[in-house]
Amino acid sequence: MTTAEIVDMITVVIDGFEVSVPKGTLVIRAAEQLGIQIPRFCDHPLLDPVGACRQCLVDIEINGRAFPKPQASCTIPVEPGMIVKTQLTSPVADKAQQGVMELLLINHPLDCPVCDKGGECPLQNQALSSGHSESRFQGVKRTFEKPINISSQVLLDRERCVLCARCTRFSEQIASDPFITLNERGALQQVGIYEKQPFTSYFSGNTVQICPVGALTGASYRFRARPFDLVSTPSACEHCASGCDMRTDVRRGKTLRRLAGEDASVNEEWNCDKGRWAFKYVTAVDRLAHPQIRNSDGELVQASWPEALAAAAQGLKASASAVLIGGRTTHEDAYGYSKFARIALNTNDIDFRSRVSSDEEREFLATHIVGSTTTYLDIDRADHVVLVGFEPEEESPIVFLRINKQFRKRALKVTSIGSKLSIGVEKLKGEFVKVAPGEEATAIAGLPLTAKSVILVGERASESAGVLSAVAALASSTSAKVAWIPRRAGERGALEAGAIGNLLPGGRPVSDASARVDIAALWNAPSLPTTVGRSNDEIYAAVNSGDLGALLVGGVDPLDGLNSTAALAALDKAFVVSLEIAPSEVTQRANVILPVAAITEKSGSFLNWEGRARKFDAAVDNSLNRSDLRILSMIAQEMGVSLNLGTVTAAAKEIASIGTWDGARATMKPIKSGKTESLKDNEFILTSWRRLLDLGTLQKGEDNLAGTARQCVAVISPKRAASLGVVDGDQLKISSALGAVTLPALVEDIHDDAVWAPRNSRGSQLLVNLGAAHGAVVTVVKI
Amino acid sequence: MTQLVPVLSAHWDEKDSFTIEAYTRHGGYKASQKALTMDPDAVIQMVKDSGLRGRGGAGFPTGMKWGFIPQGDNKDHYLVVNADESEPGTCKDTPLLMANPHVLIEGCIIACHAIRAKHAFIYIRGEVTHVVRRMNQAIEDAYKAGHLGNGVELVLHVGAGAYICGEETALLDSLEGFRGQPRLRPPFPAIAGLYARPTVVNNVESIASVPAIIANGAEWYQSMGTEKSKGTTLYSLSGHVNNPGQFEAPLGITLREILELSGGIRTGHTLKFWTPGGSSTPIFTQDHLDTPLDYEGVSAAGSMLGTKALQIFDETTCVVRAVLRWTEFYKHESCGKCTPCREGTWWLVQILRDLEAGKGTEADLAKLLDLCDNILGRSFCALGDGATSPITSSIKYFRDEYIAHITHGGCPFDPVASTLFVGVGA
Amino acid sequence: MAYSTEDLAIMDSIIARYPRSRSAIMPLLHFVQSRVGFVDGEGIELIAKLLTLETAEVSAVATFYTQYKRKPVGEYHVGVCTNTLCAVMGGDAIFAGLKAHLGLENDGVTADGKVSLEHIECNAACDYAPVVMANWEFYDNQTVQSSKDLVDSMRQGDPKPPTRGPNTLVTWKEASAVLAGINDGKAHEGIQAGEPSLLGLKISKEGKK
Repeated sequence: MTTAEIVDMITVVIDGFEVSVPKGTLVIRAAEQLGIQIPRFCDHPLLDPVGACRQCLVDIEINGRAFPKPQASCTIPVEPGMIVKTQLTSPVADKAQQGVMELLLINHPLDCPVCDKGGECPLQNQALSSGHSESRFQGVKRTFEKPINISSQVLLDRERCVLCARCTRFSEQIASDPFITLNERGALQQVGIYEKQPFTSYFSGNTVQICPVGALTGASYRFRARPFDLVSTPSACEHCASGCDMRTDVRRGKTLRRLAGEDASVNEEWNCDKGRWAFKYVTAVDRLAHPQIRNSDGELVQASWPEALAAAAQGLKASASAVLIGGRTTHEDAYGYSKFARIALNTNDIDFRSRVSSDEEREFLATHIVGSTTTYLDIDRADHVVLVGFEPEEESPIVFLRINKQFRKRALKVTSIGSKLSIGVEKLKGEFVKVAPGEEATAIAGLPLTAKSVILVGERASESAGVLSAVAALASSTSAKVAWIPRRAGERGALEAGAIGNLLPGGRPVSDASARVDIAALWNAPSLPTTVGRSNDEIYAAVNSGDLGALLVGGVDPLDGLNSTAALAALDKAFVVSLEIAPSEVTQRANVILPVAAITEKSGSFLNWEGRARKFDAAVDNSLNRSDLRILSMIAQEMGVSLNLGTVTAAAKEIASIGTWDGARATMKPIKSGKTESLKDNEFILTSWRRLLDLGTLQKGEDNLAGTARQCVAVISPKRAASLGVVDGDQLKISSALGAVTLPALVEDIHDDAVWAPRNSRGSQLLVNLGAAHGAVVTVVKI
Repeated sequence: MTQLVPVLSAHWDEKDSFTIEAYTRHGGYKASQKALTMDPDAVIQMVKDSGLRGRGGAGFPTGMKWGFIPQGDNKDHYLVVNADESEPGTCKDTPLLMANPHVLIEGCIIACHAIRAKHAFIYIRGEVTHVVRRMNQAIEDAYKAGHLGNGVELVLHVGAGAYICGEETALLDSLEGFRGQPRLRPPFPAIAGLYARPTVVNNVESIASVPAIIANGAEWYQSMGTEKSKGTTLYSLSGHVNNPGQFEAPLGITLREILELSGGIRTGHTLKFWTPGGSSTPIFTQDHLDTPLDYEGVSAAGSMLGTKALQIFDETTCVVRAVLRWTEFYKHESCGKCTPCREGTWWLVQILRDLEAGKGTEADLAKLLDLCDNILGRSFCALGDGATSPITSSIKYFRDEYIAHITHGGCPFDPVASTLFVGVGA
Repeated sequence: MAYSTEDLAIMDSIIARYPRSRSAIMPLLHFVQSRVGFVDGEGIELIAKLLTLETAEVSAVATFYTQYKRKPVGEYHVGVCTNTLCAVMGGDAIFAGLKAHLGLENDGVTADGKVSLEHIECNAACDYAPVVMANWEFYDNQTVQSSKDLVDSMRQGDPKPPTRGPNTLVTWKEASAVLAGINDGKAHEGIQAGEPSLLGLKISKEGKK
């Protein structure tokens, strides 16, 4: 048995040139290998062949037997003995293509001058390169009402459509969201929605991108720019841990649009609508422009950089300090914070998990995730994918697309452990193991997995005691692969950078003396602090108890935790140095505010959930804003410590030099799962997750995007609904000791003990409103 | 002189011919009983030996099609009967099902046995309410009599007005609950047809021919017809003739013979042009009266046997008007999937309308022919090809008439003269 | 309209005919027409729910087929074949005559809701040309006058019976139910074949005498 996959190669002749391609390759792509471009519209390498537009007709013979008529090269796989003549060598193919092009244009409007696609339009390009300069059509063109909104963010101009069905095929085959379809028949055939169901797919933007004409346009980019006025920069998406390759298009310093980039091993050619259409936050929010210092009157006043840096250094030196960073910190910036904590503040008190988290999770990350190598390819090859505390479509959409691809291709088995059946799991026809919130651990034990199975664990797994221990035990007993997929783009990088109390960079346990020596040597530090650091919640508690006096905070929203009262109290009490792009709950309470660069203004990388580096360059040139890393270096310098991380490149180089840890790994102390709650009539156990499109801070100002968010509802089971006399649409009030939210009811497949509500959507911000997210007992009443 | 040989139509003149009693009275369901005792492969061989070819237009050997179904593959197999009779001029399956639905049911039972299918579907066009009634009642009665339900389930699926669903892969998509648009081939239905399972799709007349073959033997069947076109078939004569109707005869009969038997062209008129097998088959003229109407004969003369829909037009008919109307039909029925057919028919209609109205030019004729060249063989399925047939063949035979429209500044024909009720004071 | 429990049971039985539920879209759409007279939003939404499909998938199918109507048609829906052969032999004249007689354009409905009119494609009865269909029942060998008489009889509430069909003309909704596969018990009514269908048989028998 060999490890390499054996691929049958087939040699064909195209326009007189031989080319060898793997069996199954379509003629149109074999031609590409030779640099021969056959014009096409409906063909897309990631969609099933359809052969609808007929633009790619070529002449083919096989072993001397010629097809009697030209064939669509996008639908025919190569065969031994095949001789292909494209438009370049066959007058028949050339005439056929010219004929199709002419037909495509007879009903196409001549509105290129006002069309968003103009300048980057496959129809325009191919019409110019291989069409007639004049049309013989003198008749009446088909007309439709000019653009109609098929969602708040996508417009459809049916006159421009060439009916290639890329958009409808994408929606069905890739996203499993057949909200747009071909309607009517013949020359009146048109793309459309059902009148009462807009195109609210999380992936709708891809259809705009793959539309080969200007039929589908994005509301936020419409009429904004010409493609040739834009400067494109390859970038990485900062919205989640999927790790999409992106392209950011900027005109005169302003981002006008973002597109999915191509990376076959990660996002292929797709991204989600949040990644595509949520970028205005960079410019929409009132960005912090200058450093500020809180004066003796307690007021924040503008300060010079030297003043502010000196004040920050002084405050951090004055008492025991800790570091809190958010989940969107780049790998390099997180490394800077990690190093800063250890050598400038002499502490391991650092945590990147500015969200609900647990010590069990910290141990799990240190033992099972840091340095782990589970990838998208493992999903492609999996015999079974298990989702634990994780809703891929909502929390890591490209992971969803990848699972869906395998589900559609080979009925990949998916099991979801949870309390509420989600739309995404329904689309994957997943096995839904329904448990009460808090009882997930029991369901995990004993799942029949193999070494080819993959367990995908979300950050919400930390919200139920014992779940991560159960995952660890299952992985160990079955050899199944484990991956941890946090919501935010920076968390995996921060973990690898050691921006957490129990780990140094490179997965080295703080508690391991040789690990400390390793890193101390790298950093030219005499020694590193030995005590395992505090976690997020412990840091706030230590400030409130007086054990800590200062906080260095970067990109944190204190309302993202379960106990925001304690967090805000700590921020009020401590000396706070805040590195931020915009005013926040932290800057309001900060003693020193240092403005930093937004993602588009700096270079760096994220590590996606696989641990794969997603590098990006500054999309906006000449920004005056500095990266966190640069500012940390300056504070350190002010404190008399040399961080030696002047640039992102320097940081990246230093990170690369760390190498993998071959010493002993930390071990995990298993945690038992929580107790079963006994519930009264109107008591429920709360469960929730964040919707992809919600009130997330990076979605600020994106009204078109918000228009396609899923409905905000409170979900209870049919049995409980019956006993409460509730039907769909009734108003339900969910209350905790802290407060209440009121939402319309939806009676659906959910555990009888559970009530589900979106965690951070309009009218349902559970952490703030209820001080709870998962596992807490709440009361539900019909009002 | 070829004689008419009613086999399928033998008992249509009995008042209750469509009932199970009448069908049984004439030996109905004996053939299926016989077939069920035979090895399925022997049934296939018998149909192969009979020489039966598909009556839906393409003429593919029926037994060979059955033989393509993989055996022992542990998959469900399906039989689908194409009763979506919609090709202009074609009107044979409709009277057959109206008068004798049970022969189709019996054919289905035999075919299912042969191809090891437990499930058959009849996809019937939706615009024939009474035929649907008769077919449904017959299925009910066949279930009651135990012919169905003991190994073969038969479902009548009623279409809803889409000519394209006569194309077998479009039919399958339609039957699966999708828009009836043709599928890519390969895979062919024999490998991945209905629900992606091995499927035989046969025309009504093909399946209805099977019970008689089983009952009378392959030799009997292949003793009729011509060398490569065996058996009898229904020829549908319509248009400017004294007596239109259904004429069942061995393959190879000529139009001249059918006209002689039936009473000829409308009295006082002469044959101008005709279709041998529906509007998608290139038209013929008087010169083709003696063309043998079998697969090879018609093909050799430059057209196709198609559905043997003999639409007869006399000298009162304007060929441009006729062709325009057919082209409008193709435009209306184009499914929209592929560019040449969808856009091409849109354009063809506009040019032909201008020509008919005398607003065309001679250059338009060249443009028409070039457009047809860009549609024929460039479309996804045969619908686009069919749309070009009337145009190219009519220009071939009646170019002068097109020119006459241009020089005359309009249509030189009196439309009243071509109606059935001319002179009746309608 | 609300669908009765009985209606829903029929719809379930339609779905049960097929190995895969989606195949039931077309008969279900016919069934919706039998209850509402055309395919309305409620029908599309109901079918989507019954078959676990998106509404767009159902409307995509509904709009593909000519027989599914998007607005109400008459109690008697009259189709005049104007495909080439019927048109030439009188279909065009009949259609023009009916338009003038009823004061309707193509796809129009009379104000009393009794009669709607459309020109149709070949209906597989060319040997009976010119052909008029009403609720998809055959009216063979029509003339301008006979077709006017036909629609008049419809407007008077006593439509002439089809030439090859049941003894009386059923309504559009009743016919739609038949197309949905519901047996109305009229299969035995009417002749088994018209004269043209029997012509070859007759000649053959005469020849053998």
